[in-house]
Amino acid sequence: MAERIVTVASRVGLHARPAAVFVKAASAAPVPVTIAKEGKDPVSARSILAVLGLDVRQGDQVTIAADGTGAEATLDELEALLSADLEG
Amino acid sequence: MAAITEPLRGLGVGSAAATGPVARMAARPAEPSATARPQGDPAHESARAAAALREVARELARRAAVARDELGRADAAEILEAQVLMAEDPSLLDGIGERTAAGLTAERAIFETFAQYRDLLAEAGGYLADRVSDLDDLAARAIAVASGVPMPGVPEPAEPFVLVALDLAPADTALLDLTRVLAVVTQEGGPTSHTAILARARGIPAVVGVAGALDLAEGTPVLVDGAAGTVTPHPSPDLIAAAQERAQARARTAQVTGPGRTADGVPISLLANIGGPGDVADAVAAGAEGVGLFRTEFLYLGSVTPPSLETQAQAYRAVLNGFPGCRVVARTLDAGADKPLPFLPLGAEPNPALGVRGLRAFRGEHQALLDTQLAALAKAAQDCAAELWVMAPMIADEHDAAWFVQRAREHGLQTVGAMIEVPSAALRAEPLLSAVDFVSLGTNDLTQYALAADRMLGSLGSLQDPWHPAVLRLIELTGRAGAACGKSVGVCGEAAADPRLAPVLAGLGVTSLSMAPSAIAEVRAALAAHTMEQCRELARAALQ
Repeated sequence: MAERIVTVASRVGLHARPAAVFVKAASAAPVPVTIAKEGKDPVSARSILAVLGLDVRQGDQVTIAADGTGAEATLDELEALLSADLEG
Repeated sequence: MAAITEPLRGLGVGSAAATGPVARMAARPAEPSATARPQGDPAHESARAAAALREVARELARRAAVARDELGRADAAEILEAQVLMAEDPSLLDGIGERTAAGLTAERAIFETFAQYRDLLAEAGGYLADRVSDLDDLAARAIAVASGVPMPGVPEPAEPFVLVALDLAPADTALLDLTRVLAVVTQEGGPTSHTAILARARGIPAVVGVAGALDLAEGTPVLVDGAAGTVTPHPSPDLIAAAQERAQARARTAQVTGPGRTADGVPISLLANIGGPGDVADAVAAGAEGVGLFRTEFLYLGSVTPPSLETQAQAYRAVLNGFPGCRVVARTLDAGADKPLPFLPLGAEPNPALGVRGLRAFRGEHQALLDTQLAALAKAAQDCAAELWVMAPMIADEHDAAWFVQRAREHGLQTVGAMIEVPSAALRAEPLLSAVDFVSLGTNDLTQYALAADRMLGSLGSLQDPWHPAVLRLIELTGRAGAACGKSVGVCGEAAADPRLAPVLAGLGVTSLSMAPSAIAEVRAALAAHTMEQCRELARAALQ
């Protein structure tokens, strides 16, 4: 199981367009990915409703995790998305 | 239900009449029964629900493409695309599968699964709570498809139609192709409801607050007479001809041209209310002498982050360039708890009309939003030939006005004014006018506040009357104060579009009238038919 702890950079947090971009990238990945916020259970990164439900704000730390072939590359990509300001 | 043959009555909007077949805006389906037994086995029910969600996602994706490519509404498209992503969420299918396995129907499984996420988002508050209505809309659509009834929302029949609805919300009309709407009939809503304002702006005849409107059957031919306020099912050819004759007669009286003035030549500027660069052409074609109300909300609605300074400046420039040498009065963002924006969380209020709205929303932690808008307006004004005036909504007194004037001047704006829509502002018109360069009366809100009658309530529509002597008295106080210090007093509410009221407003001291471009011709003709002394006499009579 590969894991990353990432600080979310988007001004609007993981809502709206940044959430959509993240979920679309996770859905396209070859392995299932989970995302968790401190104090909450991990949820599927392919579910927009579950990701929105985490209510991740700018500056929050999230843990993304994946397993299997391509997990590291997938997490690299998602980490880059979360660390960039996706808005705009 | 028996066929309706008698004319239905309501509040008419506009002076035109139109005939066409009824297309009803489908209502949301009722909550699916929790005890109904499914027709098929769990796998069948689960497949039905999945098919309904796919159908909804396909339809919304299609509408998103239309909004983006054909209507140029990137903001509306973005909201729809987000809904598509939700409808395709794999976790919905998991939740539905668990519930159909437990013996629920497809419809009930959809309902309960959405309800689970609805509660999750509602609990989070702020931006997420605003997405609840998007989820409700999705659930209603999927349940409708699964039950084999039309999806709720605006209809899209092949032929032009008369739209019949309970009432129309901005979200309903964002995607409505108005060129195919012959007339609008709503069961609720008053003369300043969203429906009425939209119909007036587009010159579409409408009758609002029509009891029994929703009993009109799909496809019934109806004659909608905006001047008479009637909706007649199965009209005779004679009746249609008579209504058209009256509409043409009114059009002929509106052939006076040139700037607005009374019969004895006192100028009363005729200005246009516009909602964005797309409205400039209509305003110029109608002979508007400028813009008396440039609503800037279009830049913000449907956007998840505030528009940048440069985006705003570009949009403002597009409007200013349409009116070289003319006045363009821009109103700063008018937000409130009833029209929340993702980046301006105002929270729920029990009474949004009396809440943190207009300028009030920007005095405090959100002041940066106002500063960006003022800076963008100042930047746009620099390289344009139009004369930019800027005003703020929801100003209560001279102190609010002075605060706004100082902020606007710090950004380099030259002509700064206030909306008069709170009765206290009209009662304090003299000190207020000393603090600003001009004022503009927003008669819709002024009337609702003076008479304590919510303008969104169809049942109180008769109180939403700018002819009420109490409202006219507040206008007179403002007009007098303006005359005493030689400053411009405009009216930019729906009252300015009433040709019978125009001479009365001139007589009360109003120096400019701003309205939907389609109303300018008739108002111009009405002013030209009265001398200033006659206007004053009409005003005196109306104040009694």
